[in-house]
Amino acid sequence: MTCELVAQALVSGLLAGFVFALIAAGLSLIFGVMEIVNFAHGEFLMLSMYLSYFLNASLGWDPLVALPLNAVALFLLGVLVYYALIRRVLRAPMLAQIFATFGLSVFLQNLAQFLFRPDFRMVATTMATGRIALGGVFISRPQLVAAIGAVLTTGLLYWLLTRTETGKALLATAEDRQAASLMGIDPDRMFALSWGLGAACVGVAGALLSTFYYVFPQVGGIFALIAFVAVALGGFGSVTGAFLGGIIIGAVESLAGVFVAPAVKNIFVFAIYLVVMLVRPRGLLGKQ
Amino acid sequence: MKIALAILAAAALGFPFVFRGPYPQHLAILVMLYALLGNAWNLLGGFAGQVSLGQAIFFGAGAYTSTLLAQHAGLSPWVGMIAGALVAGALALAIGYPCFRLSGHYFAIATIAIGEIAGIAVTNWDFGGGAVGLFLPVGTEGLLSFQFHRSKLGYYYVLAAMLLATLLLSAWLRRGRAGYYWRAIREDQPAARSVGVPALRFKQIAIVLSAALTACAGTFYAQYVLFIDPGSVLPLSLSIQICLVAVLGGVGTVIGPLLGALVLVPLSEATRVLLGGSGRSLDLVVYGLLIMLISVFEPAGIAGIARRLGLTAR
Repeated sequence: MTCELVAQALVSGLLAGFVFALIAAGLSLIFGVMEIVNFAHGEFLMLSMYLSYFLNASLGWDPLVALPLNAVALFLLGVLVYYALIRRVLRAPMLAQIFATFGLSVFLQNLAQFLFRPDFRMVATTMATGRIALGGVFISRPQLVAAIGAVLTTGLLYWLLTRTETGKALLATAEDRQAASLMGIDPDRMFALSWGLGAACVGVAGALLSTFYYVFPQVGGIFALIAFVAVALGGFGSVTGAFLGGIIIGAVESLAGVFVAPAVKNIFVFAIYLVVMLVRPRGLLGKQ
Repeated sequence: MKIALAILAAAALGFPFVFRGPYPQHLAILVMLYALLGNAWNLLGGFAGQVSLGQAIFFGAGAYTSTLLAQHAGLSPWVGMIAGALVAGALALAIGYPCFRLSGHYFAIATIAIGEIAGIAVTNWDFGGGAVGLFLPVGTEGLLSFQFHRSKLGYYYVLAAMLLATLLLSAWLRRGRAGYYWRAIREDQPAARSVGVPALRFKQIAIVLSAALTACAGTFYAQYVLFIDPGSVLPLSLSIQICLVAVLGGVGTVIGPLLGALVLVPLSEATRVLLGGSGRSLDLVVYGLLIMLISVFEPAGIAGIARRLGLTAR
């Protein structure tokens, strides 16, 4: 019985963890390339979820079918935010940068509340429903689809970064902005690209989450906070680290929810971050 | 500088005589409260360069300590304030010791993490009122009992005195040895340590002072509102708001947080009064937009504008 309970908690935790991981990977990419923490990351996620909801409500599109549209829309939003806002605070002190994105988060969250009302909404029709029984462990099908989608997307991002010319240029800019620009890489375009890709990651995550999670203006906050911790846990700027951080947090959250109490599960998420920081002050995979 | 301070003090003294209504006085109290909190943040985040996004822990420690002592031991809020400052100081030492090994964003996220742990823990803490919160026992009116029911004047002057003390302390610290050590640590910690600055000890001093002052403001808040719960004294949004006041005013300056509070509090109140009536948070849309504009056009804060205009010395 206990054994099954552990297995069940681990499986649901890992499934959630893969989605956290994708959100965190996008955040980490942006930070890695330009050392700016995007406090509006959760609001990007929220907008993507609303996009899924409205496409479903008005045109009847399945969020999973419309997923590429979410990715493209959020990519464009990310690039727009870079050119309209971030580019102007590139040389500003760190705190001004934090508050530029924090202001954006307040703006987007309340704009959503103003336009869409604070109601909780749910996507009505999706092909991913029901659950699968595997031994004594039940797996929710939409969660499974979301986890697989998240893993594939993160894999695609990783491939893009390490195997393509553009990806290598992006990593080179992250490594040394000046040296990269001497090699003929335009840092400005790379920054815009990192915002586009980072936002596209949450675009995909938003579409995947919308199949089984409520959509409301504050939904981003919950996931953003977990993504921050995942990024820091893995080491700022390391996409692989963020992925690892997301999975660990998913597992810890689920296990603590089952074995301690759901109300205090996040204490364990934050505590594990603090414990890891004591041993590795720059995260699991960060440069020590 | 001295003239500016004198004018400010005179304005603070005279304000309640010109604006007699409860609302302007409430607004002024909010401004002073955030100015105090911003100043306390500034000791740690501005002077010593350790960006804390968890100041609500200390605010909550002050509010909960004095309230619980008043409820269960019948102690005066003034004793509670000192006890709250001590509790917050002890918490600060315990937080600082491990966390000061972290730098930059890692430290900031660690303070967020500890703040969230505190928020969840208190929400599930039955003796502390849990999610429901605590009502303060209503007592007799007067300075000794730290409760003023007939008008807000008592609260106004108590807080003005607390703010003045904080401003003087922070100006004195900035000029003294601690101020130089903190700036050295902020600019380049390894270099500072190599010339003999005891970095960890002075960062600990900064966080303890910052926490103690924040806790005093927490006790004041509890006495002023007479009700506390985790949602009002321990949320992440409060920690961010405190930091925002200091950043908007000018990080690392004595007068900056006051300027920031003077602009930010009336701004958020004005947008709320003008646009908040619809209940659809248009006020916060505008507020977010303004924060973005300020970060883009005035990253050095209002103190930066004042400096350019030659109003204040460096």
